[in-house]
Amino acid sequence: MNNLIKGEKHDWEMVIGLEIHAQVKSNSKLFSSSSTKFGSSPNSQVSLVDAAMPGMLPVINKYCVEQAVKTGVGLNAKINNYSVFDRKNYFYADLPQGYQISQYKYPIVGEGKVTIDFKDGTSKDIRIVRLHLEQDAGKSLHDQNPSKTYVDLNRSGVALMEIVSEPDIRTPDEAGMYISKIRSILMYLDTCDGNMQEGSLRADVNISVRKPGDEYGTRCEIKNLNSIKFIKQAINYEAKRQIEILESGGSIEQNTMLFNTSTGKTRPMRNKEEAHDYRYFPDPDLLPLEISKEEIGKIKSSIPELPDELKNKFIETFKLSNYDASVLTAEKQTSDYFNETINSDPELKNHAKIVVNWITSELFSLLNKNNQDLNNSPVSPEKLGQLIKLISTNEISGKIAKDVLEDMFSSGKTARQIVDEKGLQQVTDQDEIAKVIDEVIAENPKMVEQYLAGKDKLLGFFVGQAMKLTKGKANPKMLNDILKQKLNKKN
Amino acid sequence: MSKSSLKQTLKDLEAKKISIRELNQDYLKRIKENENLNVFIHFSEDNVLKQIENLENDNSAKKLKGIPIAIKDLFCTKSMPTTAASKILENFNPTYESFVTQKLLDEGSIFVGKTNLDEFAMGSATNTSFFGNTINPLSKENEPLAPGGSSGGSAAAVAADLCLGATGTDTGGSIRQPASFCGVVGIKPTYGLCSRWGIAAFASSLDQAGIFSHNVEDASILLQSIAGFDQRDSTSAKVDIPNYFENLDDDLNGKTVGIPKEYSIDGTPMEISQIWEEAIKVLEKKGVKIKNISLPHTKYALPTYYIIAPAEASSNLARYDGVKYGFRSDEINSLDEMYENTRAQGFGREVKRRILIGTYVLSAGYYDAYYLKAQKVRKLIADDFNRAFKECDFIVTPTAPSAAFPLNEKQNDPIKMYLNDVFTVPASLAGLPGISIPFGKDKNNLPLGIQILGKHFDEQQVFNAAVSLERSYE
Repeated sequence: MNNLIKGEKHDWEMVIGLEIHAQVKSNSKLFSSSSTKFGSSPNSQVSLVDAAMPGMLPVINKYCVEQAVKTGVGLNAKINNYSVFDRKNYFYADLPQGYQISQYKYPIVGEGKVTIDFKDGTSKDIRIVRLHLEQDAGKSLHDQNPSKTYVDLNRSGVALMEIVSEPDIRTPDEAGMYISKIRSILMYLDTCDGNMQEGSLRADVNISVRKPGDEYGTRCEIKNLNSIKFIKQAINYEAKRQIEILESGGSIEQNTMLFNTSTGKTRPMRNKEEAHDYRYFPDPDLLPLEISKEEIGKIKSSIPELPDELKNKFIETFKLSNYDASVLTAEKQTSDYFNETINSDPELKNHAKIVVNWITSELFSLLNKNNQDLNNSPVSPEKLGQLIKLISTNEISGKIAKDVLEDMFSSGKTARQIVDEKGLQQVTDQDEIAKVIDEVIAENPKMVEQYLAGKDKLLGFFVGQAMKLTKGKANPKMLNDILKQKLNKKN
Repeated sequence: MSKSSLKQTLKDLEAKKISIRELNQDYLKRIKENENLNVFIHFSEDNVLKQIENLENDNSAKKLKGIPIAIKDLFCTKSMPTTAASKILENFNPTYESFVTQKLLDEGSIFVGKTNLDEFAMGSATNTSFFGNTINPLSKENEPLAPGGSSGGSAAAVAADLCLGATGTDTGGSIRQPASFCGVVGIKPTYGLCSRWGIAAFASSLDQAGIFSHNVEDASILLQSIAGFDQRDSTSAKVDIPNYFENLDDDLNGKTVGIPKEYSIDGTPMEISQIWEEAIKVLEKKGVKIKNISLPHTKYALPTYYIIAPAEASSNLARYDGVKYGFRSDEINSLDEMYENTRAQGFGREVKRRILIGTYVLSAGYYDAYYLKAQKVRKLIADDFNRAFKECDFIVTPTAPSAAFPLNEKQNDPIKMYLNDVFTVPASLAGLPGISIPFGKDKNNLPLGIQILGKHFDEQQVFNAAVSLERSYE
C-alpha cells in the first residue's frame, strides 16, 4: 500500500502517534467517593477532596486500579507491580488543587501492542508505550455570562487512562482504525464506555512529516480531539500545513495546536518556549501503588474474550475472511448480535457469510437511517435468523428479503408473517418462469433484435422486465438461465 | 502560677471536687487576663460556654470530659474558623472537623480557642502570622521573647496555663522547639501515627500532629486520644495504639541511650551542652548504658529539609488561588492577574519565600540536583537512625540551640531562623517520634529543652525515658 502523500516537490510520509484519554468506567472518582455520572447539574458531584479544601487527602479507588490493569492486559501490555502517582503542577481555574495527580516516571502499565486490520486482508501492529492513571480536571464554562467564567467541578477527579502509542501510525485512516480498535478493546473489557461524544474517549495527536527514509521530523501536537472524523481531518490539515512550510524552505516549530472543528483548521495554542514546566514530583499524600502477581493473575482470569481472540475464532469456525471477522468483532454488540443470530438456527452455521452481510450492510444501514443502535434494534437476532433462513432455502430472493427486512423493522412482524401475508414466496416453477419470459420476448421484438446483434448488456433489461412481471419473486438464477436459453434459441 | 495537671484535674472532676463549669471558668478568666500575649487567633467565650452547657447535659462517660484544650489554627474545625494564620484563609469556616480534633471532641474535651502559629506553620518564632506575634509568657517586662514556632500559640497557651493541653503540628520541629522555648512538654509522634486528614498541609511527607502539655503523663494521655488509623489518610499507619499512660515506666535500668556526636555543634551555648551532659549523668545514675553513636549525615539534614519541605509546600499551597474559597484580590482583569494579586496579597513574606524555593527546586533542569538529591540524602539520614537504633533504645539530644530569643531578633535573617531546627529536623526527615521536655535553665533563668528520640512507633519508650528524666529533675 502506498501511504505517501504528494507535495509540490516530493512525496511525504506522515508519522503519527496518539495519546488517548479514556475515562475509566467506575461509579466513583479516582481519589474520592463522588459519583461520576455524566450530565448531572453543575457542582452536584463534588466532594471536599475534589474541591481541594484545606487538609483534604486523596485515597486511591482500588476499582479504578483494577480497571487499568484489566485494560493493560487487553492491550497485551506489561503490568507494573510498582507504580507511582506524581503531581503535575499548573494553575487553571478548573484545576482546584493546582496540580493534577498523574503517573509520570512509573506508570501502572508498560509496553504493549494492538493490531489493526485492513480491508485487503493485511494487518499491522501499533506499539503502545504505556498506560497511566490520572485525574481529569473540572470544566470552565465561558458561555454562561458575558463577563464571567464559571467552573463546574463534577468532572474534577474522574479517573482517566492515558494510553500512549509509539509513532507507528502512517495515515489518517490508520489513526482512525487504531482508535477504533482501542475503543473496541476497552468496551469489550467494560473499562470505558467508549462514548466519544460525551468525551469519555478523546485523543491528542502527535504528527510530523518526513521524506520516506528520513529521520523523524519536528512534530506538533493537536489537542483534545473527540471524534474519529475530526482526528482524520486534523491530521490531513496539519500534514498539509507542515508540508507547505517545509517545501517553501521553512522549518516546523514544535507547537501545541488546537483544531477548530468548524473551519477544519489547526492553529497554534502555545510553542515550545511557552510550554509549561509541570514540576512533576511524587505525590507525598499517596504511597506507591504495589500490585502483587496474585492480584494481576486474578484480574487476568476475569477478562472476557477480546476482539482479536473472537476474530480468530470466527475465522476458524465460520471460514470468514479476516476483514469480515474484524468488522464483526469491532464492537462487542455486533459480535454478540452475530453470535445470537447464528445460534438461533443450526442451519445458519453453513451460511455465516450471508449472516455477516445481512448484519453489517442491510441491518446497519437501516439502523443508521433511523438513528438507532444495534442494542435497541427492532429486529432481534432470532428474527433476522428466520429471515436469512428464508433466503438460504430459496423461499424468497435476496432482493425481496430487503423489502421484508424493512417491513420487519417498522412493523415488528416476523419474516414469515410478511412473506405469507404478501405472498412473496419465490417462484421456482420452471414453467411459470418460462411463461413470463415468453411474454417479455414477445412484447419487445426490437430489443431482442438488438440483443441478437451483439448488445449483450440488454440481458439486464429482459431480467428486469421479467422480475417486474413476477413482482420480483422469480428465482434470479433460474430466470437468468431460462432467459439466456430462450434468447439464444432465437439465434 | 500553680498549674494543675490534666491527670489531677480528671481525678478532681471525677471526685466532684470541681465542676466542668468551675474548671473552665477558671481558664476563661486567665485567657482574658492574658490577651496581650496574642495566643489565640480565634477565641469566643460564648463558644466555650456553649460547650460547657452541652457537656453538662451529657451523661455519658468520656475520657477527657470537660478538659480545656487549645487547638493550633491549622486543624480544620467546624465550630471555629480556620485560618492557618494566613490572610488567604482569613474568613474560612470549614464544614468539616479534622481527624485529630474530632477525636478530642469525641472524648469530651472543650476547645478554648484556635492558637496562633507561623503562617501555614512556616517559621520558628510565631512571627510570620498574619495575626501578629505571639509573646512568650515567660518574657520579662519590656523584653518580649519569641515563643518559638511554628506552634508558638499552643506552646504559650500551655505555658500560661490557658488550657490543660494543646494540639500542635511538627514538620521540622514546630512542636519540640516551641515546647523548649516555653518550658512545656511537646511530643511529635512517628509520622503516620495521627491522621493528617483536616490539617491544612505544609509539607505532606513531614507534617505530623502532636501534643503540648504541662508534663509527660498528660502528654501520654492526650497523645493516645489523638492517635489511630484513618482510611482517609493514605499515609496513616495501621498500628495498635498502646495505653501510653498506663504503661508508663520510669525504670530505665538496663536500657541504652544513644548520644550522637554530630549534635555537638560549634557555637552552641555552654548552657546547652551542660544540660545535655546533665541529662546523660541522670540517666547513667538510673542504670542506663551510655552509648556514643554516630549519625554521619546529620549536617545535611537542614539543607535537605529546606529543599523537601518548600518543594511540597509550593505544590500544597497552589490550591489557595482565589477561585473556590478564601481571600480573592479585588484587582482582577484576567485569570492570571487574579492568581498573581490574590497570592501576592494573600500570602506573607516567609510563605512566598518558601513557595519560590520549592518551585525552583522542582523546576526542569534543577529537579535532579536539588529535589532528587535531597530525597536520596533523606534516605541516608533515615538509614543513620536505623543503624543507631540497633545499638540503643532511645537517643538524647538538646531540643534547640538556644533558649527563647527576643521577639525581633532573627526577623530579617531567614538562615539564622532556619538554624533553630538543627536538632529537630533530622528526626522529622526520618519520621521518628521525638519529645521535648523542660530540662534546666540558661543564665537568664529561661527554660531549656532536652529532646528524646525513639524508634518508629515506639512512643512508649520515648515517654518512659521522658518521664524518668522529668521525675528526677523535679
